[in-house]
Amino acid sequence: MYRWDFAPVLAHADLLAAGLLNTLRVTGTALVVGVALGLALALLRLSRRRLASWPAGFVIEVFRTTPPLVQLFWFYFALPLVAGIEMTPFMAAATTFSIQSAAFFAEVFRAGIASVERGQWEAARAIGMTRPQALRRIVLPQAVKRMIPAFMERAIELMKTTTLVATISYADLLYAANEISQRSFRPLEAFTVAALAYFVVIFAASQAARRVERRLAASGDSTVR
Amino acid sequence: MGHRWDFASVLDNHEALLAGAAGTLRLFAICLALGLALGLLVGLARSARSAWIRLPAGAFVEFFRNTPVLVQILWFYFALPILLPFEVGKLAAAALGISLNSAAFSGEIFRGGIQSIEPGQWEGARAIGMTPAQAMRRVILPQAVRRMLPALTNRAIEIFKMTTLASAIAYVELLQQGRLIASLNFNPIEAYTAIAILFFCCLWPLVRLTYFLERRLARSD
Amino acid sequence: MEDPRPLLRVGALAKSFGANAVLRGIDLDVRRGERVAILGASGSGKSTLLRCLNFMEIPDSGTVELDGAVLGRPAAGGARAYREPELVPVRQRIGMVFQQFNLFPHMTALGNVMEGPRVVRRMPAAEARDRALAELARVGLAEKADAYPAHLSGGQKQRVAIARALAMDPEVLLFDEPTSSLDPELVGEVLGTIQSLAREGRTMLLVTHELGFAYHVATRVLFLADGRILEQGTPDEVLKAPRMERTRAFIARHQEFRL
Repeated sequence: MYRWDFAPVLAHADLLAAGLLNTLRVTGTALVVGVALGLALALLRLSRRRLASWPAGFVIEVFRTTPPLVQLFWFYFALPLVAGIEMTPFMAAATTFSIQSAAFFAEVFRAGIASVERGQWEAARAIGMTRPQALRRIVLPQAVKRMIPAFMERAIELMKTTTLVATISYADLLYAANEISQRSFRPLEAFTVAALAYFVVIFAASQAARRVERRLAASGDSTVR
Repeated sequence: MGHRWDFASVLDNHEALLAGAAGTLRLFAICLALGLALGLLVGLARSARSAWIRLPAGAFVEFFRNTPVLVQILWFYFALPILLPFEVGKLAAAALGISLNSAAFSGEIFRGGIQSIEPGQWEGARAIGMTPAQAMRRVILPQAVRRMLPALTNRAIEIFKMTTLASAIAYVELLQQGRLIASLNFNPIEAYTAIAILFFCCLWPLVRLTYFLERRLARSD
Repeated sequence: MEDPRPLLRVGALAKSFGANAVLRGIDLDVRRGERVAILGASGSGKSTLLRCLNFMEIPDSGTVELDGAVLGRPAAGGARAYREPELVPVRQRIGMVFQQFNLFPHMTALGNVMEGPRVVRRMPAAEARDRALAELARVGLAEKADAYPAHLSGGQKQRVAIARALAMDPEVLLFDEPTSSLDPELVGEVLGTIQSLAREGRTMLLVTHELGFAYHVATRVLFLADGRILEQGTPDEVLKAPRMERTRAFIARHQEFRL
């Protein structure tokens, strides 16, 4: 019978805490930049000018149809050589996951905007609004409320995806767990603690998201996924 | 810029790439089959009347949906062997991590699909004397599957993408081979671009299929 | 004194949706102060005609002239080409009230009515607000200024929609079946509002099924069939003594018409 011993792992609790902080840092950055970039991509995609919609469509499709780890490796190993710039693990991670999540957020935006009924567009244009005015004043405000559940779902996905940064030696929670596992020769306890820590954080976020969703549903707003 | 692209150095290693592709497909097939089969069980369990079945299934879903797959793969590869009298192979560890995660997600898809069939269908089936199992098999599931197809193909796409995580434990799949080629030939740009293109070509048809299924479903509802 | 020159002139207007030719050549002159009721069965093209006038639908061929200026640019094959930046100012001059109200649910009644003056005409907020309150008062809903559409009845929603259209000070008002989505007991309040607008001498085109209302409010009645104007004239001529058999049949089917 194996004797579990968490002490060596918990002795390195500071490493774990620092790792968790770094995880949140990457997630937070990618989330903020991803939402903004996602909106920009969505608007470009909806534009009538091919010069705007095609490149946006290309970025969205490529970043949704290739594995995030491949993207991460490309940005960390390949991009510095192509563009002649230095890429720290954080920069590579932040760039990769910002664009990757932006591609998914763009789809959420698009679905949200499409879900606003045509009558709203017509009423806005009937009082003489231009399309951008109608989008900004009438359609987008209604769309955003409906997209909140999907956004939160995407944000939680992002939290899970950013664990990939451990593979390029960025000191996130998983990387810390791996380090501790090697130092303490207690992989079982180390990785179990990591798994539980991730579970607690992400589960809490999921529950918060669910509560927001319930409140929105109660107020009678329909939602898109 | 000024980098001269040279894909020949990648194509020369086509045997390595083929081995990688085989590994990817093998892992994908296993995880897809396991994930969906287990997911169906989980979905049914979540819709069960008995709390003894429903709650553990719920805990399973919550745990495996809210932990990152990479953590699970590493746990199965490094941590589980400590508890078992034998080694856990790379394929086994990766398959376990990805399949359990997919089972949790597809379990929710199945549950949603089953519950979306209106009670009238159940009543109709039972009114002609079907047992619940027969009703499920002959009436409910066939209808539910049609509705779940877009979400399930989406899951399949996600599973395919997740196979790359196995490279973290050096399982021989496409990305791992890409790393190998890159480190041996010092051509990360071409290597990783080639891998990205390969994945894109494999997944693009699946993505189009998902769009098609979504549109078809939207039309018929 | 009414200006004899037509405010709105439509020539040989045609519109198809795919293989379906909905409008097959409409010629129409509307003078200032006229109130034109457009009647017809479903599919006769009456809503499409209205929606072409403020370019919610783009006509395939034919001309639309507002206050002497033909809209759009000449294009191949004698048709006109329309670009959105040119249509936006047109829609500021031609207002529309929809069957489904289409109020903005995330704004109060006041917000809805203010939106046009503030955002489109770029009025200062305070001025737009006063304007909006005046229009709401005109339709009898000043006390509902801070209510959200979700808390208004159908009739109230439509009246707010009318106020919203009025706030832009349009030269022409288009009503696309304004009471068809209302419960019968709410129809009266909306018709009353439209009637008071009529008394002010506004130029209006109404697509409606309410024949009695059309009779009392309109100065001219059009009957559309198969995408063409089958018959037109004064309300007495078209509604009480229709010349064409189809017009007669249509009126007979709408038996709530009482003189």
